[in-house]
Amino acid sequence: MDLYLPIANLSVNALVIIGLGGVVGLLSGMFGVGGGFLTTPLLIFYGIPPTVAAASAASQVTGASVSGVFTHISRGTVDFRMGGVLIAGGVVGAGLGVLIFRLLQYWGQIDTVIGILYVLMLGGIGLLMAKESIQALIALKTGKRVQARKRRHHPLVAALPMRWRFYRSGLYISPLAPLLLGMATGILTMLLGVGGGFILVPAMLYLLGMTTQSVVGTSLFQILFVTMATTMMHAMTTKAVDLVLAMLLLIGSVTGAQVGTRLSMTIRPEYLRVLLALIVLLVAARMALGLGWRPDEIFTIELS
Amino acid sequence: MQRRALWRLAPALLLVAANAPQLVPDVSQRDIEIQYSFTGADLLLFGAIVYPDGVRPEKPADIVVVLKGPEQSITMREKQKVAGIWVNADRASFRSAPSFYAMASSRPIDRIVDERTAAIYELGVDKLQLSPSSLNESAELSRFQQGLVDLRERSGLFVERPGTVEISDGVLYRARLPLSARVIVGDYTAETFLVQDGRVVAAAVRDITVRKSGFEQFMATAAEQWSFLYGLTAIALAVGMGWAAGAIARRI
Repeated sequence: MDLYLPIANLSVNALVIIGLGGVVGLLSGMFGVGGGFLTTPLLIFYGIPPTVAAASAASQVTGASVSGVFTHISRGTVDFRMGGVLIAGGVVGAGLGVLIFRLLQYWGQIDTVIGILYVLMLGGIGLLMAKESIQALIALKTGKRVQARKRRHHPLVAALPMRWRFYRSGLYISPLAPLLLGMATGILTMLLGVGGGFILVPAMLYLLGMTTQSVVGTSLFQILFVTMATTMMHAMTTKAVDLVLAMLLLIGSVTGAQVGTRLSMTIRPEYLRVLLALIVLLVAARMALGLGWRPDEIFTIELS
Repeated sequence: MQRRALWRLAPALLLVAANAPQLVPDVSQRDIEIQYSFTGADLLLFGAIVYPDGVRPEKPADIVVVLKGPEQSITMREKQKVAGIWVNADRASFRSAPSFYAMASSRPIDRIVDERTAAIYELGVDKLQLSPSSLNESAELSRFQQGLVDLRERSGLFVERPGTVEISDGVLYRARLPLSARVIVGDYTAETFLVQDGRVVAAAVRDITVRKSGFEQFMATAAEQWSFLYGLTAIALAVGMGWAAGAIARRI
């Protein structure tokens, strides 16, 4: 079933895109991540122009995180104050991302930077996750318990001035720390079309030292609003949001997300984390191959 | 006096021109609309060769048809390995790169015309005049041009089909050229050349318009002109669908 994408200027097989959205949605439901880190590279691989891919993937992440946010709000596991600070940072970051995007485009280095960011980010976090989840698996097999990490925020965070109380996160820290963190993920969202949950969740846990219960809900809350802001900024500046493409992705991903959520209840979380770590490392390796071994295309064309 | 003499000569010159063969070309579709199911189009370029007094030459003539899209000003970048990483290292700019180019001929082009004639009439993807606007060496430029041709050929935007023009009875010709789904909107031209003994003896042009219509046109305009509303719609769609899916899943 071929369908013409009016902004991307090409026709795609609608079922393939819906299926792609479905797979990403399945993963996002199973692991509680947005899945943007998979959508953008897969769309580019399919032949969609990179800018259109990143711009349209952001709205897919919005759709995938909506129902999660509602669930977490009803459970009371969203720290609105912390979320608000993160969103403020995220929106500023997305704005900065637009400037960085333009600058890199002008220098002609946008695809290299996107590639390097993907490799570093996914590779680093994938390895971290793999190490932790394998440790957890070994502990599960041998029956030994992993020593729980002492929850404490990073000394750098403690050094920042002006402290606020974040009750649900169990923190008394400077709002500058989550603001900067939000900015960093906002930039990533704009550049890569990812939600940034990958960076956000570990950073909230290990840098800020938030309570585990409120981490996922709050990060989803931030992702929801920042991807909305990013979609808007793309619509206003790059004008690369393809509604037809976004719609197809959404149909797949919102359905997949629901299936994934149910599936995740039947599989042990330890196995899930190993699986996710593998997928993340696989994407990172694919990107690294393009950077170090051989790029997909030697030449690129851009209108001037 | 002299000028008047020249004017009297003019009809005589025309008479000479009338002695040359003429082309009466047409295309199967002058107006191509891009709609939701657009996966490209197959264009039939056909027509008749009219010889003066209906006398066909002994040696059969050749036909070359060229379908050209709007020209674009482009910047190309080339990746090179720098410190172990492939980065964009070199660039070149061209002022007039056709966004689409398709050519069909009755025989391989190098057997119909010589290099120079092919270059003058831009017959063949390697003969396109791209008007470089950056200061690259000519070896570099030809490398970039090859890169452009390779990229566009793989996405179906540059097509060469030598030997596919059928000429029946020496007077009727027909050729089929594919229009990729990736074409941009704008004014296209279908040129037909009649070649005899390595010389172009007649040429004719037909215009073709490619445009988005209906929903596709609306979307493209909306994204360009009402970008705030467009963005808002995208967000509303995402939130609405995500919420609806959650609500439905809870019921099941």
